[in-house]
Amino acid sequence: MRLTCNVNGKTEVLDDIWPGESLLYVLRERMGLPGAKNACEQGECGSCSVHVDGVLVCACLVAAGQVEGAIIKTVEGLAGATELHPVQQAYLDAGAVQCGFCTPGLIVATVDLLDKNADPTDNEIREALAGNLCRCTGYAKILDAVRLAAARAESTSKA
Amino acid sequence: MDFFRPKTLSEALTLKSTHPLALCINGGTDVMVELNFDRKRPEVLLDLSAIDELSQWSHEGENINLGAGVSYSRIQAELAEFLPGLAMASRTVGSLQIRNRGGVGGNLGSASPAGDAHPSLLSTGATVNVASVQGKRSIDIHEFFIGPKKSALKPDEIITSIVIPKARGGQQYSKIGTRNAMVIAVCSFGLAIDATANTVGTGIGSAGPTPLRAPEAEAFAASKLDWAHGAAISAEVLKEFGALVAAAARPIDDIRGTAAYRRHTLGVISARSLKWAWKTTNELRSM
Repeated sequence: MRLTCNVNGKTEVLDDIWPGESLLYVLRERMGLPGAKNACEQGECGSCSVHVDGVLVCACLVAAGQVEGAIIKTVEGLAGATELHPVQQAYLDAGAVQCGFCTPGLIVATVDLLDKNADPTDNEIREALAGNLCRCTGYAKILDAVRLAAARAESTSKA
Repeated sequence: MDFFRPKTLSEALTLKSTHPLALCINGGTDVMVELNFDRKRPEVLLDLSAIDELSQWSHEGENINLGAGVSYSRIQAELAEFLPGLAMASRTVGSLQIRNRGGVGGNLGSASPAGDAHPSLLSTGATVNVASVQGKRSIDIHEFFIGPKKSALKPDEIITSIVIPKARGGQQYSKIGTRNAMVIAVCSFGLAIDATANTVGTGIGSAGPTPLRAPEAEAFAASKLDWAHGAAISAEVLKEFGALVAAAARPIDDIRGTAAYRRHTLGVISARSLKWAWKTTNELRSM
């Protein structure tokens, strides 16, 4: 089938898509966008987190045919031309990246959290990121990064 | 594999009638796992996620009519006042990413004994609305689950909505697992007190071939609660209630836990649920 959707602001028309393949497969194998990672393929790990029509989802659990006409935003769509997204910068500055495999998914999930809740408590951060696993177990620094991104956003908005 | 994405329910029903073996997909949180791991290769995938009426809920007198595709995230955010038990259960489903996609229709369609919505639906006495080209019918939730991952749904039918009575007393949902998120229940328990009819409803998850209710525990609690004045429940009554719930379960040993552990925890969480839901019932009474 032919699939038409908008990915990171650009309309994409893709042919010869098997409708049962996952959005994750479409992104990685058809479009060459490797930011969303392929790990568990069952929604357990969150490393393939992306936004579909503004909703945070695991790309591995969305069928290609279901995103016809959808607006998709991946981790590749976050940074500006010259600057990282503030959440990406905060992850770097806080040292929240070890092997880096879970990082794109966690960054997308963090952006989702801070869009809805600019000043989350630790429990709210834990709940929002509960679907994203870090096998390096670097959760303390990941929480630091989320707090840092939230604090910077707050000081920017006051300035 | 053919893929259909109808925009209306009538279109979907026609397709399901022409292709009774079509696998329905909505949030995809169960179905996509089957596809990703090559466990299922349906000839037809019928995507219901573009049908607006399936993703809406409405007030229907004393009930909420919950569209089969309303996500758990929305149930949590929009329906906690009317369906507190189901909202609590929704909050325990998977992770945010899963709750954003999954809904009660798919939970019922999979009919897993571990489905998080089921104990709450059993305890409140919900009704499942299904439709086919032949017409519509309503299935009492207590007659919906007929075996492990088997339901009363016929091949040409689609689950359209679930009618759930608005809470008329305290409700609870408890779930046992290794962590707070991403857990398939080791066992779970839902409870709903109806302070108008003076009844107690129960639902047991993941401790039998299907979700179960505990009728003797329900009758016992209803006979012991001080409906007139709301007096605290004695420790003996709570213990007996827990024992009756545990006795109603039909658990097995499996990878997630042993039968003995499931029975034990059901006794504990059901007694706590009754105590907490009774407290809520009394708070509602004094409001």
